[in-house]
Amino acid sequence: MTISADSETKLRYVGRSVTRREGADKLTGRSRYVDDMHVPGALTGRTIRTSIPAGRVRNVRFPDGFPWDEFIVAGPDDLPANEVALITADQPAFVDGIVRHAQEAVLLIAHEDAGLVHEAARAIEIEYERDAGVFGMEQGHVLKQLAIRHGDFEGAFANGDVIFEGEYRTGAQEHVYIETNGFIAWWEGDGVVLHGSHQCPYYVHKAVKHAFALDRDDQVRVTQETTGGGFGGKEEFPSLLAIHSALLSRKAGGRPVRLIYDRAEDMACSTKRHPSLTRIRTACTPEGVFKGVEIDFHIDGGAYVTLSPVVLSRGLLHSGGPYLWPAARMDGYCWFTNSPPYGAFRGFGAPQSEFAIERHLDRLAAKLGICPIELRKRNFLRKGDMLPTSQIVGEEPELERIVERALELSDYRAKQSGYGEGNGRGLGLSVFYHGTGFTGSGEVYLDSVVALEAQADGFVEIQVSSTEIGQGTETVFAQIAAEGLGIDIESIRFRKPETGAVPDSGPTVASRTCSIVGGLVERAARQLREQLAGRDIATASATGPVRAEARYQAPPGLVWNDDTYQGCAYGAYSWGCNVAEVSIDPVTAELRVESMWGIYDIGRVINPVLAIGQVEGGMAQGIGWATCEDVVLKEGAMQNTRVTNYIIPTSADAAELFVEFVEHHNPCGAFGAKGVGEIPLDGPPAAVANAVTFATGKDIAAIPIRPEDLLA
Amino acid sequence: MTIRMTINGRDCTTDANPMTPLLDVLRESCRLTGTKYGCGEGECGACTVIMNDELVMSCLVPVMQAEVATIETVEGLARMADDGAEILHPVQQAFLECGGAQCGICTPGMVMAGVHHLRHPELAPDGLAEALEGNLCRCTGYSAIFRAMERAAEAGRPA
Amino acid sequence: MIVSNAVRYPTYVPATVAEALEQKAGVANLLPIAGGTEVMVMFNEGLLAPCPVQSLHRLAPEWGGIREAEGSLVIGALATYTDVRHHPVVRERYPLLVEAARVTGALQIQNRGTLVGNIVNGSPAADTVPALFAYGAQVRLLSTRGERTVAVTDFYTGYRKTVLRADELISEIVIPPPADGARHYYRKVGTRAAQAISKVVVAGVRGRDSVRLAWGSVGPTTLRTPKTEAAIASGADADEAVATLATEMSPLDDIRSTRDYRLAVSQNLLREFLKRTSPGG
Ligand SMILES: Cc1cc2nc3c(=O)[nH]c(=O)nc-3n(C[C@H](O)[C@H](O)[C@H](O)COP(=O)(O)OP(=O)(O)OC[C@H]3O[C@@H](n4cnc5c(N)ncnc54)[C@H](O)[C@@H]3O)c2cc1C
Ligand code: FES
Ligand code: FES
Repeated sequence: MTISADSETKLRYVGRSVTRREGADKLTGRSRYVDDMHVPGALTGRTIRTSIPAGRVRNVRFPDGFPWDEFIVAGPDDLPANEVALITADQPAFVDGIVRHAQEAVLLIAHEDAGLVHEAARAIEIEYERDAGVFGMEQGHVLKQLAIRHGDFEGAFANGDVIFEGEYRTGAQEHVYIETNGFIAWWEGDGVVLHGSHQCPYYVHKAVKHAFALDRDDQVRVTQETTGGGFGGKEEFPSLLAIHSALLSRKAGGRPVRLIYDRAEDMACSTKRHPSLTRIRTACTPEGVFKGVEIDFHIDGGAYVTLSPVVLSRGLLHSGGPYLWPAARMDGYCWFTNSPPYGAFRGFGAPQSEFAIERHLDRLAAKLGICPIELRKRNFLRKGDMLPTSQIVGEEPELERIVERALELSDYRAKQSGYGEGNGRGLGLSVFYHGTGFTGSGEVYLDSVVALEAQADGFVEIQVSSTEIGQGTETVFAQIAAEGLGIDIESIRFRKPETGAVPDSGPTVASRTCSIVGGLVERAARQLREQLAGRDIATASATGPVRAEARYQAPPGLVWNDDTYQGCAYGAYSWGCNVAEVSIDPVTAELRVESMWGIYDIGRVINPVLAIGQVEGGMAQGIGWATCEDVVLKEGAMQNTRVTNYIIPTSADAAELFVEFVEHHNPCGAFGAKGVGEIPLDGPPAAVANAVTFATGKDIAAIPIRPEDLLA
Repeated sequence: MTIRMTINGRDCTTDANPMTPLLDVLRESCRLTGTKYGCGEGECGACTVIMNDELVMSCLVPVMQAEVATIETVEGLARMADDGAEILHPVQQAFLECGGAQCGICTPGMVMAGVHHLRHPELAPDGLAEALEGNLCRCTGYSAIFRAMERAAEAGRPA
Repeated sequence: MIVSNAVRYPTYVPATVAEALEQKAGVANLLPIAGGTEVMVMFNEGLLAPCPVQSLHRLAPEWGGIREAEGSLVIGALATYTDVRHHPVVRERYPLLVEAARVTGALQIQNRGTLVGNIVNGSPAADTVPALFAYGAQVRLLSTRGERTVAVTDFYTGYRKTVLRADELISEIVIPPPADGARHYYRKVGTRAAQAISKVVVAGVRGRDSVRLAWGSVGPTTLRTPKTEAAIASGADADEAVATLATEMSPLDDIRSTRDYRLAVSQNLLREFLKRTSPGG
């Protein structure tokens, strides 16, 4: 979409770095996170968990020495439906007789004396009957399988071109949002009130309503408090805390219950990024023109379905990278294991599969004796090309321009000749893309609605369930609404997300907030502007609020078939390139990512400071995942459950980050915006791995890349 | 044991158990919830406050060790102008402008570390990376925080 | 989210050293707290078994400082990493201590944590202990029964086991002056650039005809490598020294690193030590 220079200059807010609206509150300590809530009379709750990964609970013992009759104790029998409703409801809120992973909830206790609760929790003893359990992929059984078939992939491998294979692995990753999970719940009459830290109020709503078999929507009121980071980790997981806290409160006669995890508990039991194993086989001409690809993409799903099928889907759909594959066989497998369920994490499967393909291409280039950048350029997707799902690329991705800019900024070519095994320095590059919003027909099913309401006090209120979790939702929506309405941004207000009070604009996930929900905000704003017909807000709403709603409509031509896995997987794609510069210490093999460059096309950049913040933060998470973030698993459960031993980068580790945007506007996104939240995770791992191979000559096929592996 | 402290310029006494971490006393007894919990192991820095002009993790200070101490928390940084408007501390203002705060949970601790660094740059000879190394931020990748700190240092420098 | 029950930890806050020693002698299982950076972590995480605790903070006037006495450096039990980092005499003569303090935790930890606490915790990963080993530090122990002095190298008897008796407190660390012209080497290899626990840490002092090397995180306690020291002192070349090192070090796999890595890095560090401290270099 081209926007004329004329309309461009008229934009007052969009494209400007409007300061974060809740920024001053966060900076002065005024913002209220769930644990900051002062709730008189609240009990403290705690979860009693399994210590074995598989088997049966035989007995629970409450040892002497505690006033057990003063405690609230709750378990599966107290819950009308012992299920956490999500895609399916296979995950129980409590062990349902069979233990399927370590750290699974067995029961809950609560007391008004927090110290006593924690002490008592440690004293409770559980007796088990132990089963062996399944750990790791390609054992046990498949939780979900997906297949994409495109062109004559058998033929592609049959005619004597260069066939090259590889196997790539990525480890689990812990979110380490600095605010741990927490909920506070109480009952009012026949309904429950829940305040918590989470990304998706209506997911929580659905799960609580289902678990308590409540009839009416208004019996569950879920409010999002200021949320101290999510990154996907507070997408589906908080539903469990919501059910637990609500249950304890109900058993306590409706008294408020605080269920706030400490760090070790949070790390031990919460979801992580799915570990992956990808096997790739490619066929190409000796000049490096791609003929076909075969990909087997495996992820470890853990003990319950949760969101794994969708993670598998996104991972598989992105597994070919932003290249033209005339033929493809892509198979995805998600495995049941006795690990705590893996879950949503920024990127949602794509960072795993894009690591594999981007690493594969560097290895293939080495085999062909072609420069890895040149190899990519020969095969980049262009407008009109067909993706393996038969989707036609509808815009010009301009990947060459993006890559050239990254090379230029990083001074890649000049540095290249001096680097290598001699001096322990290396450069690596990756190119990647990311589909905006829910996959396939997902957005249609979500049926998102946003509302804008002009109110008598002269404000226009934005009502959405999309949450501010650090990415700047409130600010960006205010910019979009003010722009669409043609009013001062100071007259825009953001309603705190609370189910019932705001419409369901869908979950805050999948890079959909700014682009897709923002697009609805834009539509609602334009509509409200017409309704206001030039009157000022207060006058127009003197006799009652003037309200405009916008509901999601699939862009024309966006058709997807879930059975054949063919069609338009995403309405828009963001594109990007990373260059990593690394150094490896000759004595200790310690790996340092010195710098990383990122050039991104995320469509219209609504707010540069916020967009850069998203991208830089995501790059840092990607670098962490590629280097120091190592979830040490024993029988499926994380062992290093402290920030002391699960290592994320500190300021002293931070790479210098350089970010620029190339703008190709998305006709369906807010003022041309595409997804921004997740794409930053797609590129860094392969860029770092490629750079390490450059610097050391070691053929890196797995992340995290530990000095232990480099010295071996 | 009754413990007396001066918090953000105000006298304050508490009867909290002497082993209670200062963090909990600030948050629960004093209702100064700006200071955050992130780990309880001294690693994340979300609980950072200034105690007797030194930067400390308040989760690791049993409150008995804070007796007669002068404590500064994030709530004490901003000032009120004559017209009632809030004037942010230069570090807060720079964070606001540069995108140094995203989800905000590390922010109070990070800002305190930043404020302390501008007062005592000599204590971190390696500069910002060292001054802030006790404060984990998962959102920003630190770049925006560095930019904010550079801007705050500029702002604090006499013209 | 502090998961301990504070009421299970009766507190003692002595105002004088004499009072502190009386309490230590009289109260069973009394756990001292200096900077609290070790004890409070365990307390907060529910890993500290209920016990009476004794905060030493009121003893700062007696035990807080760093001073010189008879040519030796005396580090009081309440002296912090920050005190060490910025003390002029330490900076001038004991660079390994400055470096060890600099790479310990972050500024917030350095402001509270004490060197004595670092010694007592007995972790083989303690970062100042190799430096104290290399400098031949002595630890002064006090009780109502009197005073004794133990070489820091004799302080540990096994993994997290020390010679400290139930009624004793450490009052200070005494460090003799390093030989004139000695060369100092310290390096910590951690899990990241800051706030890291060591995978390997080494401190070395090389005088004209003496070598002292001490290693952390490669055995159950901080350890010296006397055969390697002797080999170097008697003029062995780097390859020989490195081969000798492998015979007196048997690190383990753990959550942070592997045996192989630790050994290989230790050998690389030894080469670096030899290069950096070589008399001609
Ligand atoms: C986030 C973090 C990072 C850290 N990083 C490092 C690191 O990089 N390297 C490292 O080596 N350590 C590190 N530590 C560990 C810790 O900080 C040190 O071991 C510190 O020196 C302990 O000193 P303290 O005064 O705080 O000890 P405390 O917690 O007060 O005490 C520690 C132990 O010493 C005993 N004790 C203290 N004083 C006396 C005395 N006078 N007489 C007898 N017993 C006494 C206590 O009873 C206790 O058993 C870190 C800790 C944290 C929380
Ligand atoms: S809560 Fe104190 S350092 Fe994390
Ligand atoms: S802003 Fe979220 S952790 Fe720093």
